Amino acid sequence: MKSIEEIKSAIEAAVSGARVGIVPNGSPSGQHSLLLDPQHAVAVAKFLRDDKELQLDFLSNATGVDWLDKEITEKVKVTRPVTKTVDGVDQTMEETVEETRKHVQPGYLEAVYHLYSMARKHGPVILRMRTGNRTDQVELPSLTPVWRSAEFQEREIFDLFGIVFTGHPDLRRILMWDNFKDHPMRRDYVEPDDFEYEPTAHDEVLARAAAHRAARQGSAVAAAEANAGAER
Amino acid sequence: MAVDEKLKIELGKQGVFVTTLQELYNWGRRSSIWPMQFGLACCAIEMIATTMARYDMARFGAEVFRPSPRQADLMIVSGTVTKKMAPQVVRLYNQMAEPKYVIAMGACAISGGPFKQGYNVLKGIDRYIPVDVHIPGCPPRPEALLHAFITLQKKIDEQHLTGEERPPHLDGGAQGEFPVPEYGEHDLEPPSNPGVWPVPITIR
Repeated sequence: MKSIEEIKSAIEAAVSGARVGIVPNGSPSGQHSLLLDPQHAVAVAKFLRDDKELQLDFLSNATGVDWLDKEITEKVKVTRPVTKTVDGVDQTMEETVEETRKHVQPGYLEAVYHLYSMARKHGPVILRMRTGNRTDQVELPSLTPVWRSAEFQEREIFDLFGIVFTGHPDLRRILMWDNFKDHPMRRDYVEPDDFEYEPTAHDEVLARAAAHRAARQGSAVAAAEANAGAER
Repeated sequence: MAVDEKLKIELGKQGVFVTTLQELYNWGRRSSIWPMQFGLACCAIEMIATTMARYDMARFGAEVFRPSPRQADLMIVSGTVTKKMAPQVVRLYNQMAEPKYVIAMGACAISGGPFKQGYNVLKGIDRYIPVDVHIPGCPPRPEALLHAFITLQKKIDEQHLTGEERPPHLDGGAQGEFPVPEYGEHDLEPPSNPGVWPVPITIR
């Protein structure tokens, strides 16, 4: 099979205007992935499926990833003019100072597709697409018209991550019920507090368990007071 | 009302058979418990194994799995009850005719099991319907299901036809239908039926 760079240049030669990035994978498997821009994703997908050399005719898996806002701290060396008094004379000198800058990299949702070729017996080629943000720009083009097997998996991504796939033939929730409002696989999802925690809770779970017990005890006290009031 | 056991045995030796209407009635009921034919998850495979020749649930009169709740006496909740499935399970229970019994089979059906901390699984079917026998296990072996079944038979045997403890089908005022939960925006509503399952309060 072609290397990831060769596939990238083949795509850029075949689909005009397509911007393709490479997301490297540092692990020994070295399964680097192609980052597609949503505008040209369907054309790129059609090319990958129909190209004689690649013939990626099988979409084995489609899934989602939720990337939260990330605060990035970097140290930057800045040169700025400083006025100093040396021997009674004001002199302007350049001085290099190290500054710590923080900026927030906005989060996004990501759809990941794993492609194989049954005809050529090679793969996987991994595609990624990213949404604009996590709240209102969550639309991505659906690849179901290209690979039929994406249909249910894109519905699952829509259900659990909240990515809206434009061009999907039947985009409904698949695991949760229709008027369910949340997206449970998002990192900031808060699940309903509806069970007793085990006595051995620790770390994050311990904090949640403590909050749960405090709320339950509060309601128990309230219920006991209400009962006492009724008896009077 | 009750016949002295020793006298009964002595009479039996003489060829005289003595019984009470209650014994006869309960013997008939416990020997022909027809379970409802439905399975929810991997526990259902063990339930199927229980009915097959090796474990042979037919020995206890329960081989006739009915595909309709109208003809069934026993609901074996065999497996994970997801929140999406819970209203249907409660509705099936409501559609069963009295007398009806419930066995909650396996860790998921009694408590949510390995999915207890998840968002999509009901933490025990006893939050919505009354359960007669709970069996732990993941999944319980067929022997465990048979044990639960025998436990249920003993429970039926001890029911009196009159008085406070009489079974629900002889008690006109007994509750036979339970509210079916609705799909809410974040969870089932209500998350449990307080009449069946009072929220446990652990004070430390």
